[in-house]
Amino acid sequence: MARYRFIGRRVLQLIPVLFGITVVTFFLLRLIPGDPALQILGQHYTKAGAVEVRHALGLDRPLWQQYVLFVQHLFQGNLGESITFKQSARSVITERLPPTLFLVAYAATVATVVSIPTGVVSALRRSGVFDQTARVTTLVGFAMPPFWLGIILILIFSIHLHVFPVNGYGNSFTAHLDHLFLPSLTIALGFSTILIRTLRSSTLAVLASDYVDTARVKGISRLAVLRKHVLRNAIVSVVVVFGINLAYLISGTVIVETVFGIPGVGSLLIDSVSTRDYPVVQGVTLVFAVLVVAINLLTDLVHASLDPRVVLE
Amino acid sequence: MSTTINPGALLLEHFETRSRRRRGRLSRNATLIVGCTLLGLVIVASLAAPLLTNYSPETLDPLRPLAPPLSSGHLLGTDEFGRDIFARILYGGRIDLLVAFGATGVTLVVGTAIGLVSGYFGGWVDAVIMRIVDLFFAFPFFVLVIAIVAMLGPSIFNMFIAIWLTSWISYARITRGHTVVAKGREYVLAAKALGYRHSRVMLRHILPNVVSFVLIFAMVDAVGNVLLGAALGFLGLGAKPPSPEWGAMISDGQNYILSSWWLSTLPGIAIVIVGVGFSLLGDGLADLLRADD
Repeated sequence: MARYRFIGRRVLQLIPVLFGITVVTFFLLRLIPGDPALQILGQHYTKAGAVEVRHALGLDRPLWQQYVLFVQHLFQGNLGESITFKQSARSVITERLPPTLFLVAYAATVATVVSIPTGVVSALRRSGVFDQTARVTTLVGFAMPPFWLGIILILIFSIHLHVFPVNGYGNSFTAHLDHLFLPSLTIALGFSTILIRTLRSSTLAVLASDYVDTARVKGISRLAVLRKHVLRNAIVSVVVVFGINLAYLISGTVIVETVFGIPGVGSLLIDSVSTRDYPVVQGVTLVFAVLVVAINLLTDLVHASLDPRVVLE
Repeated sequence: MSTTINPGALLLEHFETRSRRRRGRLSRNATLIVGCTLLGLVIVASLAAPLLTNYSPETLDPLRPLAPPLSSGHLLGTDEFGRDIFARILYGGRIDLLVAFGATGVTLVVGTAIGLVSGYFGGWVDAVIMRIVDLFFAFPFFVLVIAIVAMLGPSIFNMFIAIWLTSWISYARITRGHTVVAKGREYVLAAKALGYRHSRVMLRHILPNVVSFVLIFAMVDAVGNVLLGAALGFLGLGAKPPSPEWGAMISDGQNYILSSWWLSTLPGIAIVIVGVGFSLLGDGLADLLRADD
């Protein structure tokens, strides 16, 4: 019962957040300095063309009407018309969503696989050689620009060693795994620096806790303690860190998609910025925000199912 | 257990704890010192760029394109136009450091002020400010910054505006949380009971107890802003091509990565050095302030 109430409350909390997202994305278009029609049409500017563009963007109406219209359109799944692609922004974006989702999931998996052993071993062998090495590596990793790391990985693994393709997405599941390995590694390495630090300190806290002492006193083997207490706790902290730093993970896709030439939503955003395709920029921003909110909900629910205290709070 | 105290053991213990404490303080300071040194070196080097190199960052030399590092006259080689990479990295540092300090500094002051007011007064002011904060937190920060830059038009100034608009929220949230806690403490009640004005209570009594948390976060944020500035330069949304901004340099060098690795690699190392400097500064500061508590 408490669990359903928790889920219900968590879903209700989404309403103001989603409302806020629509407000911010709506006002994005308002930031365009001067006449948006002039910005969009550029040298093709004519009076009639400008009127048409303003009408298409709804800029010829009062502000509140524009917002109501914007939200109405959203409910119909209408994100406006893409200026460069001459089709609906929604179809442009949905077409490019799968590579991005694949990349996010892949990067999350790689980050988890890298971080759990590193974080836990660092804590178990505190101040040892491994711990020190991990500390320096995470320090440097945190300061590394992902686009630069991506270029270096391409240089080493694609160009010199010929192990992975240079760019693209591939057209089968295994090809995706192959093509997106370096991009996910790029995102994952940046993300694991946060994950490893958190895992290390939470594992240290568990190791110092009374219940671990009790378990050891009861004669339970080190390995069993590790599996039952330390690893279980590690998984919970991974989920929590994911929840907090999701935006970081998703932001990573934008730049990494550009470096590796992946036809995802992130590279679409950058392309649309340079072509001044405002409706697509607006739509992508909205999609990314909704993605963050959705995955956040998911991590909260997973967290609740792993840690009963969350439900009772 | 024996009741007689062994003076030797006691003395030994005393020295051990003292040396351990000293070592602790030293290693703590070491983090801080290394961080300060790294940052200090980069700041001095980029400010004193004209003294350290005879080359200008934008002068072309068509006779010597793509010279490798350590070749005659060019410590770090030249790019495709024969521009000296060392000079470009030094002058580029001015831009990247400006982003680090300009973006972080402004949001730090504004965000802290907003958080202080929000936490201190509470009520509807607090409710409204915190809803705005929540609203911004729903967006991936990087995407929102790009979207705002896209709307305003790509330029380094608009990049500043985008960061200023969006990243005060973290400072506001951190400050507000600690202000609410501090507000309930005796020293604040005492200050209020003495009849001090709100501004004095906030600035002289609450702020000093909140500012350390904000400063530690600011160091992490500075790393983020350096990376963000470079990323926007890389994407062509921040500093524009002839400018030696590090991210833009990495982007230019990408086309020559097969033959001339140094074009993209070296500016990246400069970014890493600045980032590590800020991180160490933050870590050292955190340890130092935690020890004071």
